[in-house]
Amino acid sequence: MSARNQKASNEQGSGDASSKSNPEALESSIVETVADPKRRRLLVRSAAAVGGLGGAALVLPMLGSMSPSARAKAAGAPVEADISKLTPGQMITVEWRGKPVWIVNRTEETLGRLATETAKLSDPDSLEEQQPTYTQNPVRSIKPEYLVVVGLCTHLGCSPTYRPEIAPPDLGDQWDGGFFCPCHGSKFDMAGRVYSGVPAPTNLEIPPYRYIDDATIIVGEDSGVAA
Amino acid sequence: MSAKPDNSGNGLMGWIDERFPLTKMLDEHITKYYAPKNFNFWYYFGGLAILVLIIQIVTGIFLTMNYKPDGNLAFTSVEYIMRDVNFGWLIRYMHSTGASMFFVVVYLHMFRALMYGSYKKPRELLWIFGMLIYVVLMAEAFMGYLLPWGQMSYWGAQVIISLFGAIPFGIGDALTLWLKGDYIVSDATLNRFFALHVIAVPLVLLFLVVAHILALHEVGSNNPDGIEIKKNKNADGIPKDGIPFHPYYTVKDLMGAVVFLIIFFAIVFFAPEMGGYFLEHANFIPADPLKTPDHIAPVWYFTPFYAILRAVPDKLGGVMAMGGAIVVLFFLPWIDRNPVRSIRYRSLAYKVLLFSFVVAFIILGYLGMQVPTPVGTIVARICSLIYFGFFVGLYFVSKTESTKPLPERVTH
Amino acid sequence: MNRNNRAVPLKVKAVAKRATQNENKRFVLLVTATLVVVASMLFVNSAKAAGSSVALESPIIDQGNQKSLQRGAQAFVNHCMGCHSAGYQRYSRMAQDLGLSEDDVRANLIFTTDAAGEPTKVGALMTNTMSTEYGKQAFGVVPPNLALTARSRGVDWIYTYLKSYYLDPEKTTTGVNNLVYPGTAMPHVLGDLQGWQVPVLGEEANGVTPIESLAIETPGTMSADEYADYVADITNFMAYMADPIKQTRHRIGMWVMLFLFLLLGLTYALKKEYWKDVV
Repeated sequence: MSARNQKASNEQGSGDASSKSNPEALESSIVETVADPKRRRLLVRSAAAVGGLGGAALVLPMLGSMSPSARAKAAGAPVEADISKLTPGQMITVEWRGKPVWIVNRTEETLGRLATETAKLSDPDSLEEQQPTYTQNPVRSIKPEYLVVVGLCTHLGCSPTYRPEIAPPDLGDQWDGGFFCPCHGSKFDMAGRVYSGVPAPTNLEIPPYRYIDDATIIVGEDSGVAA
Repeated sequence: MSAKPDNSGNGLMGWIDERFPLTKMLDEHITKYYAPKNFNFWYYFGGLAILVLIIQIVTGIFLTMNYKPDGNLAFTSVEYIMRDVNFGWLIRYMHSTGASMFFVVVYLHMFRALMYGSYKKPRELLWIFGMLIYVVLMAEAFMGYLLPWGQMSYWGAQVIISLFGAIPFGIGDALTLWLKGDYIVSDATLNRFFALHVIAVPLVLLFLVVAHILALHEVGSNNPDGIEIKKNKNADGIPKDGIPFHPYYTVKDLMGAVVFLIIFFAIVFFAPEMGGYFLEHANFIPADPLKTPDHIAPVWYFTPFYAILRAVPDKLGGVMAMGGAIVVLFFLPWIDRNPVRSIRYRSLAYKVLLFSFVVAFIILGYLGMQVPTPVGTIVARICSLIYFGFFVGLYFVSKTESTKPLPERVTH
Repeated sequence: MNRNNRAVPLKVKAVAKRATQNENKRFVLLVTATLVVVASMLFVNSAKAAGSSVALESPIIDQGNQKSLQRGAQAFVNHCMGCHSAGYQRYSRMAQDLGLSEDDVRANLIFTTDAAGEPTKVGALMTNTMSTEYGKQAFGVVPPNLALTARSRGVDWIYTYLKSYYLDPEKTTTGVNNLVYPGTAMPHVLGDLQGWQVPVLGEEANGVTPIESLAIETPGTMSADEYADYVADITNFMAYMADPIKQTRHRIGMWVMLFLFLLLGLTYALKKEYWKDVV
């Protein structure tokens, strides 16, 4: 109180004696000098920083609430697929996280063709991260014959069709068997690798998966942690 | 941060100011809004009410993303939010705690207005806007309380809607049917309450809050001494006892906000049910139209009025008494005829009246939560009389009481 | 700092001011005191509000005791989930919170099958397969979902309820009744563990013979203490299930409080600093 008043009187300077000490005579309630501007700046900044941190900490749970809930995660849990009855050339579709996942039993011939004509492909060696590292090989799978791939076109998310036949009338002579997207004409080979010159930018995505035994694949989980 | 007038015409601020009165608005409402320098503890609650409003709107938006306004799904979707949604429990508890804390803050804010005569000329309209906010807030809270679709939600809504049935000439029955959209409180009721709770009423509330603040900044803030600081201006036209809202009251309110948040989050994290007052036990049972809980009481912030309702042994009379208890507050600026605003300079008679009013209000609030007993009913009647007696007494006391001389300048 | 420099006229003013302020403070104090007293009254009242005419016993339970929760979960899925659902709670969440692996839960705690006839998935809700029609037919009422009972009825109620069954020949459906919840439709599923109790009647008054206490007539496989512990574990588990986030909430809450007190210190200093300008 007294310090303040002292300051006030210094500020007003030339006033008469009574106005220095009598609040009734104050012309303004604010003293315009800052005693210690450094301290003030420091306090403003630290309060803003800590307060901002608190605000951010409150924003996180709000935004976090929009990411998949426990229910969505449970529905997106790994799925098991029985491949014991899958004959060569056949494909089955399992649903994982609401997405179609194809499992194709590829024939020896098909596998043989994968190594040829790689020049037509845009990413023949699967350099783009569209697959777990354990499927980054020429056949894009753990066991060569079984291809496991997410059946959504990497262009705009349509589901391509499975066209294993060679040179069908509608797809022309060049068709070696693979996946064809009816939406925008993207083409993928029998390892889900995208051809050059089509709208789709990357190879089809390979989900994490592993073999529980020779007849069962679990999609959505690999030998490490669940994806 | 703060816009200086000499900036005008320069930089981004200048560019904006030529097209939108940003600097002018900041000046008027923040940097050059001069508030009395003698605000005390009771002056935190207006700002805190805005803080709670923001909390409610933000948490409400995120709750809406997962809530399902459907008679079969509502209860489950709330439990889904509480368990499956990431941090859903935090958002929900913040919203439920916020609802109660809104009323805590608003009641204290209103009590401040009573104590320091903040409703008196020229602040009558400010008070009326405030009262409208209070009434709309009650509607908002009531409709929000139905949404969890628990037993208390359901039967509380049933009872409150039935109050309108007291209106005579067949209007009441038709009205309750229309409000419910069904013969009982049902899915239809839930769905419309949801629509009103998340968009219609909040819009009205926001509009009223803006009006309340504009009215306040037009007439200027009252203060614990109840004298006009605008009477004493210096050569620059600035009130001698006024200080700019920013930075002085922004930093002070910031500190108050942190204290409030400590209490708020202590409840959210450690006692979200608040012993059954913020979240009632029976509301953890899904709504069952065929089974009334043993004891239904509204949430605590409605109970004073609920107790007045029950104190009157007549349906229409009870509803009118309850409505009257709220309506009479609107007329406070004209009931209190004494020009002296602050309790500091008023008579003992006034202090006794106000004190008994507050005590009666609290006792009514307590009784409203309890199962009615003969003794309780008698006490409720006495307290109801005190409640209304305050206004009658004030009307006469305020004209004749002897007040103390007002100071020329605010006391710090 | 300049205490000795204090000007005399100010002192006089200050005294006059203090008089009004004191008066005001007294009033504020009075109102606050009243508020506090009434508020504490309300809380005392709430403790006993969650009503039943029987004095409820409080179990000694600890939400942090995972062993107790695991035993409770085991008992719950064995005895309760034959009829009752706990369908807001997920098995996977329970596994995580109770320190169990998902394989443990699959092997030891999931006895139900899903709609496709497969064993219930670990990510699923703890529902059961009893249809509501069947429940209604068998018991007259649909067995309620128990996931939230600890919050609606309270832990004391559950604990005492499970200990308060007695043989009642007048109840033709189940042959048992319950002191805490007279007329309950639920049979005493834990009867073989607890033993079967009979009422000890007090003196007749006003044509009513009150039940004073219950005594074991046919002993069960457990001693009274063992049974009390068993029931306390079930209660503990149900309390966990009603509010599974509680432990996490308290932990986060401590950090939030610490942070806010730090922020309070800063904002207080900030306020003090700025208000040095105000005379």
